[in-house]
Amino acid sequence: MSTAEPKVEKILEVKQVKKHFNMGRNQVVRAVDNVTFDVYKGETLGLVGESGCGKSTIGRTIIRLYEATEGEIRFKGETTKDLKGKSLKKFNREMQMIFQDPYASLNPRMTVSDIIAEGLDIHGLAQGEERRQKVVELLKTVGLNEEHADRFPHEFSGGQRQRIGIARALAVDPDFIIADEPISALDVSIQAQVVNLMKRLQREKGLTYLFIAHDLSMVKYISDRVGVMYLGNLVELADSQELYDTPLHPYTEALLSAVPIADPDVGKQRERIILKGDVPSPIDPPSGCRFRTRCPKAMDICAQVVPKWQEVRPMHWVACHLYEEESLKKEQAKKED
Amino acid sequence: METTKNLTPDLFEPAETDVKEQEQIARKKLTFWGDVWRRFRSNKGALIGGILLLIIAVMAFIGPDMNPYTYRAQDYSVINKEAFGDHWFGTDALGRDLWTRTWYGAGISLLIALLAAAFDLFIGVPYGCISGYYGGRVDNWMQRIIEVLYGIPNLVVIILLLLWLDPGIFAIALAMGITGWITMARVVRGEMLKLKSQEYVLAARTLGASTSRMLVKHMLPNVMGPVIITIMFSIPTAIFFEAFLAFIGLGIRPPEASLGVLIEEGYKQLQLYPYQLFYPAAVLSLIMFAFNLVGDGLRDALDPKLRQ
Amino acid sequence: MEKQNLLEVRDLHVSFKTYNGEVQAVRGVSFDVKKGETVAIVGESGCGKSVTSQTIMRLIPQPPGWIKSGEILFDGQDLTKLSEKQMEAVRGKEIAMIFQDPMTSLNPTMTVGKQIMEGLIKHQNLGKDQARERALEMLRLVGIPSPERRINQYPHQFSGGMRQRAMIAIALACAPKLLIADEPTTALDVTIQAQILDLMNDLKEKLETSTILITHDLGVVAETADRVVVMYAGKVIETGTVDEIFYRPRHPYTWGLMGSMPRLDLSREKELTPILGTPPDLLSPPKGCPFAGRCKYAMKICKQQMPETTSLQESGSHQVACWLEHPMAPAVEPPVEMVGGGSK
Repeated sequence: MSTAEPKVEKILEVKQVKKHFNMGRNQVVRAVDNVTFDVYKGETLGLVGESGCGKSTIGRTIIRLYEATEGEIRFKGETTKDLKGKSLKKFNREMQMIFQDPYASLNPRMTVSDIIAEGLDIHGLAQGEERRQKVVELLKTVGLNEEHADRFPHEFSGGQRQRIGIARALAVDPDFIIADEPISALDVSIQAQVVNLMKRLQREKGLTYLFIAHDLSMVKYISDRVGVMYLGNLVELADSQELYDTPLHPYTEALLSAVPIADPDVGKQRERIILKGDVPSPIDPPSGCRFRTRCPKAMDICAQVVPKWQEVRPMHWVACHLYEEESLKKEQAKKED
Repeated sequence: METTKNLTPDLFEPAETDVKEQEQIARKKLTFWGDVWRRFRSNKGALIGGILLLIIAVMAFIGPDMNPYTYRAQDYSVINKEAFGDHWFGTDALGRDLWTRTWYGAGISLLIALLAAAFDLFIGVPYGCISGYYGGRVDNWMQRIIEVLYGIPNLVVIILLLLWLDPGIFAIALAMGITGWITMARVVRGEMLKLKSQEYVLAARTLGASTSRMLVKHMLPNVMGPVIITIMFSIPTAIFFEAFLAFIGLGIRPPEASLGVLIEEGYKQLQLYPYQLFYPAAVLSLIMFAFNLVGDGLRDALDPKLRQ
Repeated sequence: MEKQNLLEVRDLHVSFKTYNGEVQAVRGVSFDVKKGETVAIVGESGCGKSVTSQTIMRLIPQPPGWIKSGEILFDGQDLTKLSEKQMEAVRGKEIAMIFQDPMTSLNPTMTVGKQIMEGLIKHQNLGKDQARERALEMLRLVGIPSPERRINQYPHQFSGGMRQRAMIAIALACAPKLLIADEPTTALDVTIQAQILDLMNDLKEKLETSTILITHDLGVVAETADRVVVMYAGKVIETGTVDEIFYRPRHPYTWGLMGSMPRLDLSREKELTPILGTPPDLLSPPKGCPFAGRCKYAMKICKQQMPETTSLQESGSHQVACWLEHPMAPAVEPPVEMVGGGSK
């Protein structure tokens, strides 16, 4: 394996993480299996995949809403598993989350100012007039204003609610934000508002994002690097432009070609790879490579051996037998040199 | 284009667009409970039920003192007389004033209602909260306990209790304390399980909220709706339970008066003096009817599915 | 040459009564659907696109909803004037509908085969065996593998994509003249969406059914529709062929829609230009153009009067309702980066 020099420091390291859910009667949902990746400080890492691929589960495992079944997650060099007391409080301030459903992510019985100030209250960061000031400031940051502070969530539109959710996350001054499908419940014109707001905040506050979504166009737009997940596995990870220009994994290729493009001429000319069938159940995933049942390029080996997660090009990782030979050859060539 | 009249060029100058205006909320400011109250108020049936309850409650309080008789004073000179003088409901077989006894009985019924609500709130809600919030093994055990309790018929419990207690309000309360809150516990547990996976609850967890904060700020306010509805529907059951026990002789016993006792006495005299059954039965029916009306109204007002 | 209109919606107004007052969901919508053509209705949630389609099927709950005025001419017959009984003969037979969520629109206690056969037996007076034959044929047509086994299965035994295929089979079984597809792929994953869109395009060629496609996804529109109706706040603000809407849009809202969507095939350097603000509350819709409050080019007149619908050429295929089309208005060029991705 070659080691490309990381540009900046790693803020998050996810190592061989597994998250299995026990469903009783000896059924285990392998929601996330052996996922490994790093997130660098200040970047946006996008995670895409279809429903049930485990992208939300990995996000929730990282922020400790779920406990990892196996593997290690390091945040700022420290393992997150045994955080307690003070260090846990610190972790809760440094890592925050933005949720998917703007209608379910705000407590309907609380006023907007109480929602936004929740982090301030929990960590005792501000009281009284200072608290009020902070709330107003946060509201302005996300493009709302003071009059909104005493209203209740049900009076707001989806986009406004999502911005309130962002303000709540920002209240504790985090460095790292996991955005779990933050725009998929919003209308097109509102999506751009929220995404642009997130980009602006990243510039101003030096935030790092893990951006989880199923909309490939939006993920490509906002992310520096993109990881593609399928049935609990990370199958490919690369710089976003490179991933779209030269996808290596057959699943990435199919996924990209399936996205409809809002340009009639381009859209109609495009060659589509239409995958057959549906995603298998994560309770009893296929042996070997999990994608093999739908893969147009499946070989015999795919059913028997789990493909290795390797960096076949600089900063371009993929788990696919098609490229194992390639990297083997490379290694041999190196040896011969 | 000729149809649009009186267009002047100045109308085509750029207009100011105010960003603030774009975020304006047109609708009136309303809290959740304000909204519920508005909807409850617009429901005529519920309003009538509420007023009826209020009247009955007031009467239960002041009714027994409105004429000079007490609920237990017997007067053999006026046995089985229909309404006359200040015996507004007449008298019973022992010459006791039916008006006083009826409202005294209504008071007992309302006391039972209060007890039922208290058991629901102070046993059912915490039990369901703990069971649903912690989940896993705790939940499993607590649910098994509920199932065992639920399996014991109420009547058996009360008969067993009467082996070492005198029949009366205390025995009834104890019987209700054992099983009466189970429905509430189940409702609350179900709501808690639902709420636990709500994103705002997850958001509070990622912010590091303590368990007590989660329960007080996020969970309890959001189960209040179903809790109120459940109380409103468990109260009539409790009142009816008391009346039933009195009727079969296992509850409150004469000379104490409850609506059940009065109905039982009136039932014996039904063929000769139907009014003795009529008054207490009417009051009991009104109480049940009113609670059901209010309960229905509250359910409609609180049901999020009808909100919009 | 000019194909005949199958459906003509004329000045349709639909309102709903709520606790807060009357919500005017549809406020004067007019459009046509020609025989064999696919018309996409696009717009954001709450713009009235779903209400319009449900009104055509007469599926809006009455009360709280009611049709205030307007006509829906289907094959020359005004659907708004039909009784519920007469409407039952139209639903399923002449006009069929597929919904966003196949799980809630299929009956979970009936086999898929029975659900296809039901309509056939009711509307086409087929015998049981004939209906079964036809149901098998439909399942094959929509690409469900081993239909002989599948026909006796229940919806929960189908996956999401297969359920949507079954929905399409049910909808098309009686060979309706018009198919209304309400966000048919929104609940599906991208790879499954590609399968369903492929199938719908395929069937369109085979069956020549007219289709109303309701969606918010401009990508889906570009790849499947012939004509586009853009709705905003209960009104139609622009209509035209796919090429006209994507390459020569005229309404600032359409520009806004195009500009706020990232394109997979273009580099990510391009900034998105979102439409600011939120759509108006239809409890009290604004007097003038509903978009004026969010429009960069808004003029004084926009806030006072609703613009009339202007045809841009003789054929009248491209129509827009905007004051910028008025001779007195200043000439405004659409922002270059918003239109057609600059490919034309």
